[in-house]
Amino acid sequence: MLTVNDINVYYGPIHAIKGVSFEVRPGEIVALIGANGAGKSTVLKTISGLLRPKTGNIVFDGRDITKLEAHKVVRAGLAHVPEGRRIFLQMTVIENLEMGAFTKSTVSEEDLEDIFTKFPRLKERRKQVAGTLSGGEQQMLAMGRALMSKPKLMMLDEPSMGLAPILVEQVFSIITELNKAGTTILLVEQNAGMALDVAHRAYVLETGNITLSGTGEELAQSDEIRKAYLGG
Amino acid sequence: MSVFSTIVSQLFNGLQSGSIYALVALGYSMVYGIIMLLNFAHGDIIMVGAYIAWIMMTMLGLPPVIGIIAAIAGCTLLGVLIEKAAYSPLRKSPRLSLLITAIGISFFLENISQLIMGAGAKAMPSIISGSNFRLGTTEISFVSTVTIVVSVLSMVLLTFLVQKTKMGKGMRAVSEDMGAAQLMGISVNKTISFTFAVGSALAGIGAVLYCSAYPQASPTMGSMLGLKAFVAAVLGGIGSIPGAMIGGFAIGLLEALVSALGLSVWKDGVVFAILIVVLLVKPTGIMGRVIKEKV
Repeated sequence: MLTVNDINVYYGPIHAIKGVSFEVRPGEIVALIGANGAGKSTVLKTISGLLRPKTGNIVFDGRDITKLEAHKVVRAGLAHVPEGRRIFLQMTVIENLEMGAFTKSTVSEEDLEDIFTKFPRLKERRKQVAGTLSGGEQQMLAMGRALMSKPKLMMLDEPSMGLAPILVEQVFSIITELNKAGTTILLVEQNAGMALDVAHRAYVLETGNITLSGTGEELAQSDEIRKAYLGG
Repeated sequence: MSVFSTIVSQLFNGLQSGSIYALVALGYSMVYGIIMLLNFAHGDIIMVGAYIAWIMMTMLGLPPVIGIIAAIAGCTLLGVLIEKAAYSPLRKSPRLSLLITAIGISFFLENISQLIMGAGAKAMPSIISGSNFRLGTTEISFVSTVTIVVSVLSMVLLTFLVQKTKMGKGMRAVSEDMGAAQLMGISVNKTISFTFAVGSALAGIGAVLYCSAYPQASPTMGSMLGLKAFVAAVLGGIGSIPGAMIGGFAIGLLEALVSALGLSVWKDGVVFAILIVVLLVKPTGIMGRVIKEKV
């Protein structure tokens, strides 16, 4: 579904991503794990068109999207829940969801109801300005907003960041549910334990290179991973 | 004239110039809200609008309606064109480059108008005509009334556009977080063009109303008007739409008050003193929020 071929990304003179390749197959949950600064978010931003790779290409759903502008990538069916959620804090919950459906000609009531069934808290707070939501609610809104575009593939950047353990559990169970309902997922996480738990396959990113890959289980068992990311 | 009727007529004067400042201030504020640019060429767009109306009505002898439509359409087009030609290539440049470019565009427009239209002022034929009416013993100017009504209607329409329509919501999204807005599928370029179009259309309306109050067009007419509207935008809180409206009316009423006290030579001075005071005491203005710099 998504193939990333040997991409190289630079921030000015800094070579941030050094020839990264990986793929996400339909129906999978794929995790990209790695330490802070390894380049995980950069990979996602490059896929969604916010950054451009210097070389290499990205193919989504049989279409080369390497040079596609960010706002057109969403239209192709790829949604990106960015790091730090980046919801529109000055807009209401409903308006945020409407923005998620910007690529659709109308916002369907059904889609809204669907989101509210998945995230009942958002329904209670629909008229509230998003800046007044708690961290967990903001994460729900960020995910709900991305789902409004009816993506084939959803990319999540650090969905557990800054959340209490119980909310982290909740977020990951929602991710699993979404996946079961047919959305393919590419997940970036520092919380390697949680990510490997839900992922079918995973890649380990270290300073711009992929150093390991395997099924979630394999990696969770691997000594290297246990030492480096799972605390022993 | 009784004290009461002086107050009423000065109130109308203040609301009249205030509503023009508000229309122009909205353009400043909307553009600042979306690309953080103080578009110092904004006042000169009004000047171009005034000349367009003059050409239509005096040189071509067309009726005022055509002059009005042409001025608004011309300003809208000019605003979008300036953004595409001068500002959009600098999207990733430092903000100072953008600001200097805006000042350059302002000089360019003033000088090119002087070259084409001559340095002298052109007398504007009357655009809005109707008889004044009485409110008790006070005579109320028809032009003032039309100016206030048209401005308020424009602002109501703008508020609806920004709050309720898809494009307006997209505008707010882009102005809050350009990156996240792109991830929603919102085209940043289109949204910025749209913002310039709306802001410049308001300037076009402002041009028509301004020329109805002060019936002449000259190459530098936009600079003082633009600067005062800028003060209004800062007073209201730059980037805030309701702020620009409040700031505009406040500056207009203040000017009328200063004039009513017999100090009309101090009018401009007082307005710029307000700018200094606001920047010292509350730089975010009346409605402004403290914007956290994104890291």
